[in-house]
Amino acid sequence: MPLELADAIALPDSPEKDYLYTLNFGPQHPATHTTLRLILTLDGETIVRAVPDIGYLHSGFEKLGEHLDFNQYVTIVDRMNYISPVANEIAWHNAVEKLLGIELTPRAKYIRTIFAELSRIHDHLLCCGAAALDLGGFTAFLYAFYQREKIYDIQETAAGQRFHPSFTRVGGLMRDVDDDWIAKVRTFVKEFPKAHSDVRRLLDRNRIFIERTQGIGVLTKEMAINMSVTGPLARSAGVVRDLRKDEPYLAYGDLAGAFKVVCATDGDCFSRYLVRMEEMLHSLNIINAAIENLPTGPVNVDANSKVVLPNQMSVYRSIEGLIHHFELIMTNRQWKSPVEECYAATESANGELAFYVVGDGSGTAYRARTRPPAFIHFQLFPYLMQGHQLSDVVAVLGSLNIIAAELDR
Amino acid sequence: MADTERIAVVRERFDATASLLRGKLGSDVFTTSTFRDNCRLIASSDKVYVILEACKLHGFDMLADMSGADYLHYPDAKDRYGVWYCLVNTSTGERVIVKTYVNDPNPTLPSVYGLWKGCDWMEREVYDMYGIEFKGHPDLRRILLPDEFSSFPLRKDYPMRGKGERHNFNPILRSES
Repeated sequence: MPLELADAIALPDSPEKDYLYTLNFGPQHPATHTTLRLILTLDGETIVRAVPDIGYLHSGFEKLGEHLDFNQYVTIVDRMNYISPVANEIAWHNAVEKLLGIELTPRAKYIRTIFAELSRIHDHLLCCGAAALDLGGFTAFLYAFYQREKIYDIQETAAGQRFHPSFTRVGGLMRDVDDDWIAKVRTFVKEFPKAHSDVRRLLDRNRIFIERTQGIGVLTKEMAINMSVTGPLARSAGVVRDLRKDEPYLAYGDLAGAFKVVCATDGDCFSRYLVRMEEMLHSLNIINAAIENLPTGPVNVDANSKVVLPNQMSVYRSIEGLIHHFELIMTNRQWKSPVEECYAATESANGELAFYVVGDGSGTAYRARTRPPAFIHFQLFPYLMQGHQLSDVVAVLGSLNIIAAELDR
Repeated sequence: MADTERIAVVRERFDATASLLRGKLGSDVFTTSTFRDNCRLIASSDKVYVILEACKLHGFDMLADMSGADYLHYPDAKDRYGVWYCLVNTSTGERVIVKTYVNDPNPTLPSVYGLWKGCDWMEREVYDMYGIEFKGHPDLRRILLPDEFSSFPLRKDYPMRGKGERHNFNPILRSES
């Protein structure tokens, strides 16, 4: 395996370099959380060079995307960032609906917005909790994970599946939400701030946590922009950019008053933690505003538009319903996508999660390119690690929130 | 609809940008096309670097995404591979997609590593999946697939089930790893 990283990170100019030694970190290591490998060149405990070696979880998702139709591929998309699965589904169907030119119903937009924000909280909770866990703070992790369970319950109530709900469909959702779901979201909105402040009180002024994260892995604004960094990572480095405000999609245009863009200027691991913690409260405000103003009406677009599956009753009891169902299920019928291509981006918890869908006239994407934020962010790692200590590897890894399934796809 | 208004604004800004770039580079360097809110500059592979460089100077300071596709069986396609660069101006939020095409044999493009360092892994991924070479990339090797892998799996002539690599994979000995 070649170890060279041909870039500005040169070894210190010394006639004898044999005091440097190489350490293999991963592919299986508790702090990588999933399967990724780092090759570290060390001078004592100082990292001279860090080379990520990825691909251990590559399973050809994008090739599958060229063989599964627009609704089937959602189950695969789910498994990319499995920490916040619904955010991936929303991003995927957002791109497909843009390609097909479908305008969602207001109710579907609001429900999707609530799910997108729950996913953000979902993701940030794991990221902040696991960052604390890797640095020795077990209690904060447990508080965070307990709240994640609540969100799993909400997903289960809506979709019947806890971990990979596959909840969105072209033109709407798998099914409408019920009062039980709304009650659960309301309870979550009421109870979450307490758990959130518990986590903050455990970490915000924790000497160990601060000393291990402040000034570690500093990302400058110029570098963030040049390295394509988006999301909380970029915002913690001072890039004021949030697609929910800049290019409002779903119901974010209506709910723009409910949230602000959270930014910091330091760009270190601690400010990434602070930005994520603060973003959760703004997400909660969005959920609160959306659930209280949830529009009534149908959740799917009109079945006569032949883009959504008709409901079961009309399939069994009317010939039109049966034909509509048939038209979407038969592989030689399905959706008629334009022979065009489009890039559609959403602001997921980790950053810009986008799909570039190429349509060839059929109901299957000709090319379904994912823009995975974890993949883009992980190339920062060698730059952030330079000159730091070995023990800072876990702090930086935790703050980048690398999800290997999304990294390798 | 708010969306149609936004698309109108986006296209108006794009027209201004495109005419500005035309003034700088000449009118026959690229063609434009739009779809929904996606605005594209389409150029041949030998001109694409000049356009990207001009875009960077114009203020598109971030390369949001970059990837490619194999248009082997695509309706009315003239060229085999397409590569797109999604650029963002982080201060105005403006987006533009620069698209180019390359062909067999030896599909080659200039690397944009000098303009946006973020292209590093994205170019490696395109090379990994399609075999398009990026001249000037400092470290062009496979990224997701093993180095020993011999084909380019996202090409359309590569079967979904593979060519049996999984069953004929040479074991890696400890001494070689």
